[in-house]
Amino acid sequence: MDVVFWGCAVGAVASGIAVFRVDSMARATFALLASFVFAAVTVLLVDLTYLGVLVILMMIMEMVIMVVFMLMYMMNPAGLMPMSMLHNKKGALVISGATFAVLATGSILVDWPTTNARRPEDPTMALGEALMGPKMLTMVVLGLALFATIIATVVLATHRGRYDRYGDRLDRKRPDDPVRGGLGR
Amino acid sequence: MTGYLLLASALFSVGLFGALSQQSIVMIMMGLELMINAVIVGGAAFWYYTAPERPDGQVVIVVAITAMAVEMAAGFAVTTAIFRARDVDMTDLAADLKD
Amino acid sequence: MAETTAWWGALVLLAVLLVLAFAVAAFDAVLAARAAGRPTRTAAVEPVRTVAGLLVQQRRRTVAADSLLWRSAGLVLLVAGVLASAVTPLGRWAVSDLDVGIVWFNAMEIVAWAAVWLAGWGPNAAFSLVGGYRFVAQGLAYELPHMFALTTVAIGAGSLRVADVVAAQQGLWFVVWMPVAFVVYLVSVLAMSFTRPFDQATGSDLAGGTASELSGVDRLVHQAGQKVLLVSGAAMAVPLFLGGGAGPLLPDWLWSVVKTAAVLAVLTYAGRRTPTIRMDRFMEVAWMVLIPATLLQALFVSIVVI
Repeated sequence: MDVVFWGCAVGAVASGIAVFRVDSMARATFALLASFVFAAVTVLLVDLTYLGVLVILMMIMEMVIMVVFMLMYMMNPAGLMPMSMLHNKKGALVISGATFAVLATGSILVDWPTTNARRPEDPTMALGEALMGPKMLTMVVLGLALFATIIATVVLATHRGRYDRYGDRLDRKRPDDPVRGGLGR
Repeated sequence: MTGYLLLASALFSVGLFGALSQQSIVMIMMGLELMINAVIVGGAAFWYYTAPERPDGQVVIVVAITAMAVEMAAGFAVTTAIFRARDVDMTDLAADLKD
Repeated sequence: MAETTAWWGALVLLAVLLVLAFAVAAFDAVLAARAAGRPTRTAAVEPVRTVAGLLVQQRRRTVAADSLLWRSAGLVLLVAGVLASAVTPLGRWAVSDLDVGIVWFNAMEIVAWAAVWLAGWGPNAAFSLVGGYRFVAQGLAYELPHMFALTTVAIGAGSLRVADVVAAQQGLWFVVWMPVAFVVYLVSVLAMSFTRPFDQATGSDLAGGTASELSGVDRLVHQAGQKVLLVSGAAMAVPLFLGGGAGPLLPDWLWSVVKTAAVLAVLTYAGRRTPTIRMDRFMEVAWMVLIPATLLQALFVSIVVI
């Protein structure tokens, strides 16, 4: 188990660093995906099977969608010219190095509490019951946040509003879209 | 436990470096995603080694995963809006509120 | 209730998947030959000829291709299909009885998204890139109804473990009281493996789409991966909706194979009879019709369970 954990840890950090070192945007996105998959395997090692597989699932979907956007916006998508798009590289290195030093020292030196409590044999069921019971507020807030995000992102990103599609008095019967949908709307 | 926290700190620092030093908005978002990844690993470690009989650690992880999704969606929507308005995606040129 | 096999069970799984993939390819070729009026006996061995030809064909290189991402795409597709079947029981035997088997299956078929996009991006060619993007659009359309169908099954069984799902169907198969989820699941199996009628990603209007720049072993791995993913999805329909290995006379593993073959035959036949569906039209249908339908189905199942 330890070998698997340290292998995945090194892999996660190495691919995390590779995200900012490679030249091609597609490779950067998939390096980030590799980092996520390694970290999810370490989560699987602490018996959180549902959350580990969920992270893998969601991160693959997210990275595939992200790579579409990365290629859209980034001017060096295929890595044809080496690029170094950094500002204030030394300052950032100093700050992140100092953060790592402080956090690592803390993790090694602090005497973390251990517990003799019994580990649940079905953490998924415990999570489900908690989210539907005592932690229902979290679930509600997450639902509201996701709903607000959907609406906000569509509003920000859409090019044509209601008045473009339905006319100035919203009186067109069929919306004026460049591509008609499958329902004949 | 220490190993997990070392991994979380390393991922957090790499993400912080990316978020501070990159110019393109999408690369900054990659740095933020790495930082939230660190939160997930740290949350899992704390749950397993400190309080496995309570579901709180798992709830933290669920919130972190949702935060990742929200951040990515909002970030790309904002980038699209900026790109439509100004035809760039560099944060240096989006410093209008800085006065 | 499911028993985990020894380590060589994985090899048996691989063999079963490849045999079924071969059979699907042969059946598809026979149907195409009958529709075109050609003799069907030669069409039935067409997969053998295709495999042999592709094995000796030369591999293609394109200008400024992203080799690492391109060559690994087909292999990732094949591995995803095989891993997705790791939780599918053959009768009573499963390679791995993961306690979150349904979520694992879902995660492995999402790997196919990445694989097909990589196959489209890798060769630095316009048509394959368009094919890859079409597949991502198709993925966004079918994925939510697919996830809701799987959630409905999990609600009906009260567990994410595939063995529990099979055990919960001892009274009544899920296909009887979750028909909407079953139909949506079959549609999403066709969409996830970009088989007709959802093969716009490799369509002939794109000169082959993501498969346009592939030749030789790469093409063989890509096509094998596609067929194995189709077989894997259809094989999962059996424990999820059709009662696993239950049946009167034959042993349970044989019933699993028979049911999988039946599902594959229905899917291939339906695919042959329908033209390719355009993704922009399917997107609207998926989001406006299929998602409310699966949500209502999930509501119905939840009320029944409670």
